[in-house]
Amino acid sequence: MQAAMTGLPNNKVTTGKLHMMWRAGLLGFALVVMLASPANAYLAYVSNERSNTVSVIDTDKLEVIKTIKVGERPRGIELTKDEKYCLVAVGDDDTIQMIDIQKGEVTANLPSGPDPELFILSPDGQHLYIANENDNMVSVVDMATRKRVADVKVGVEPEGMAISPDGKTLINTSETTNMAHFIDLATRKLVASVLVDSRPRFAAFKNDASELWVSSEVGGTVSIIDPAKHAVTDKISFSVAGLRGEAIQPVGINITKDDKTAFVALGPANRVAVIDAKSHKVEKYLLVGQRVWHMAFTPDQKYLLTTNGISNDVSVIDVASLKVIKSIQVGQQPWGVTITKH
Amino acid sequence: MNLARNGSLIGKSDRKRGGDADRDAVLIRFPACTLAILLGLGAAAFAAEPLDVKIGYLHRPQHQETISLVQMPPPNDGLAGAQMAADDNDTTGRFLNQRYSLIDVHLKAGDDPAAAVKQLASQGVSLVVADLPADQLLKAADAGKPHGMLFFNAAARDDRLRQEDCRANVIHTAPSRAMLADGLAQYLVWKKWMRWLLVVGSHERDKLYAAALRRSAKRFGAKIVQERVFEDTGGARRTDSGIAQIQQQIPVFTQEAPSYDVLVAADESEVFANYLPYRTWDARPVAGSAGLVPTSWDPSNSLWGATQMQSRFTALFKRQMTDIDMQAWTAVRMIGEAVSRKNTTDEKTIFAFLKSPELALGAFKGQKLTLRDWDLQLRQPILLTDGRMVVSVSPQPGFLHQFSELDTLGYDRPETKCKLQ
Repeated sequence: MQAAMTGLPNNKVTTGKLHMMWRAGLLGFALVVMLASPANAYLAYVSNERSNTVSVIDTDKLEVIKTIKVGERPRGIELTKDEKYCLVAVGDDDTIQMIDIQKGEVTANLPSGPDPELFILSPDGQHLYIANENDNMVSVVDMATRKRVADVKVGVEPEGMAISPDGKTLINTSETTNMAHFIDLATRKLVASVLVDSRPRFAAFKNDASELWVSSEVGGTVSIIDPAKHAVTDKISFSVAGLRGEAIQPVGINITKDDKTAFVALGPANRVAVIDAKSHKVEKYLLVGQRVWHMAFTPDQKYLLTTNGISNDVSVIDVASLKVIKSIQVGQQPWGVTITKH
Repeated sequence: MNLARNGSLIGKSDRKRGGDADRDAVLIRFPACTLAILLGLGAAAFAAEPLDVKIGYLHRPQHQETISLVQMPPPNDGLAGAQMAADDNDTTGRFLNQRYSLIDVHLKAGDDPAAAVKQLASQGVSLVVADLPADQLLKAADAGKPHGMLFFNAAARDDRLRQEDCRANVIHTAPSRAMLADGLAQYLVWKKWMRWLLVVGSHERDKLYAAALRRSAKRFGAKIVQERVFEDTGGARRTDSGIAQIQQQIPVFTQEAPSYDVLVAADESEVFANYLPYRTWDARPVAGSAGLVPTSWDPSNSLWGATQMQSRFTALFKRQMTDIDMQAWTAVRMIGEAVSRKNTTDEKTIFAFLKSPELALGAFKGQKLTLRDWDLQLRQPILLTDGRMVVSVSPQPGFLHQFSELDTLGYDRPETKCKLQ
């Protein structure tokens, strides 16, 4: 696929359409086979914090097909909604870079404020919300004009970002204030702040919007918050035989589309917890690479990819069988991962 | 940045944070009902007046001069860390209707800390961060006891404060000499640098550090092949052409030693240790008070999100963050953590929370920090730094413990002589 794309004229629209037609054709002939065959060839983009690169993984072959040079210290990573660009926060360069997917290189920088780490796009793709750890702000960037248009004051060291399924509320977690901040996106005003355990790193909504999950890295827990009442209703703790409690440091949270199963990356515990998302009971711990932080599903939810910062690899979890089926070597200190949907 | 003088209030007013108008604006954004629910704090949250948290800061007259010009203690050493934590607590407090102020009492030489404590008590202060030498700290703590005051030792390393002279109203955020020595020893042993030449200064605290290093060597199987004393004969630490003499003196001082792997120096008084690296008779690394130094914090530390901490500190104070700054920051953040969880300034409730397993302090150390309930020492990893980089962090791999690997550093529960009262 990569070869086909690079062979095409340098026209995004045409290439995009051809790409879609190509995929539609493939779908037509492979629909039946697909159910039993490997997942479709989506592309996973992995930020390598120490290498200053982004590795591109073909999720069909489960191998790295390309490595893209980016700025200093790439961490947060997400695709634009049209999937023409991959955005990556390069903290030490104080910007968010736009990787042109077809060119496979950085073509533009966004104004992010100092040391950006995590960010999220609005569902319509028009706004980018960035956690600026150094000045206790969430910055809003207009994607059309590529200008910073607003800042919202939050707690000390903002990090995790999530948007409610209805697109109306932005959640930001602040690591030293230990809160999940609820920001109304229409007014860009803070509406509530909920205290959680130490160093909240990541936030994720259930797809039915009934629950917000927030991981506390130092506290070692995941808080379940009722987004309507702005109150913690349950707390998930973890325990792995033979492992000290301090080593269990939850970060990334990914919940399946049917809201039945949640996966929580446990950092230096080198494990991903599998949780019954309804009862909040931990069902299983999957051994992955070292210091696992962030994860992404393939769009068909066949695979969950995890970034393992210390072992420099990505673990592939088969979601149906709950087995780790492969490790893929990437750059140094993989941090974040995002996967194409088309 | 204005520095407060004796007993004056510092905190929000002289900061670039935006002042009261800004805070009010934030508070008004909360509908009252939402506030009550989200805080889950009951009727107290409706009070219009914010919860005022006053924290005293006892500041020693002067910090130790150093041999190296780049390590000279800044005048606000420690206090700056406390101020940043008060600032951090205040940012959190904006969402919880809590307000923090720091009352700095800068003691002059010969001042009685007990009098300063009484003055703080009369101002309604019951939580005090102390940057005081051991004897002064004990005087302060004992003077505060009848007033129910809780102290945070942010500077004194003395093991006796955690052992026979421990106090039930003193929490230690500063690591003890035993913890520092154990952190260093574990690394030297991991490196298989088992044979130490120990050089000890002639002052009391140098001897105390040497005692801690001897204990660590025994504990982890290192051998002290010989001890030498470096006598402080007085004189200036730095002179215009001093280097010429030092280059002659140090090789002579270190020659004819039995075979050794590493020279370990105990020189808290800053008389000689920083003269040792690169000048020893034998080509050997130096550790302890110079070379590879065990510490709670270093401006070069960028592990576990520490870069953010360093850049916030540098932006506020235009200088680098020291270990004393970090220990004071940790103390004030501990208070903030307790107040935000319990919504009270009652020192008994705060103390109970801090001692309980509920405390899970995030302090850029890669794991939660908790208190040892037998001597009120904060468990913490020890950084090993050469002044430019963090070389390693102890506990080292393989030093195991049945409860917490952090308890391989310092006096463990079965060894304690502390009877908290």
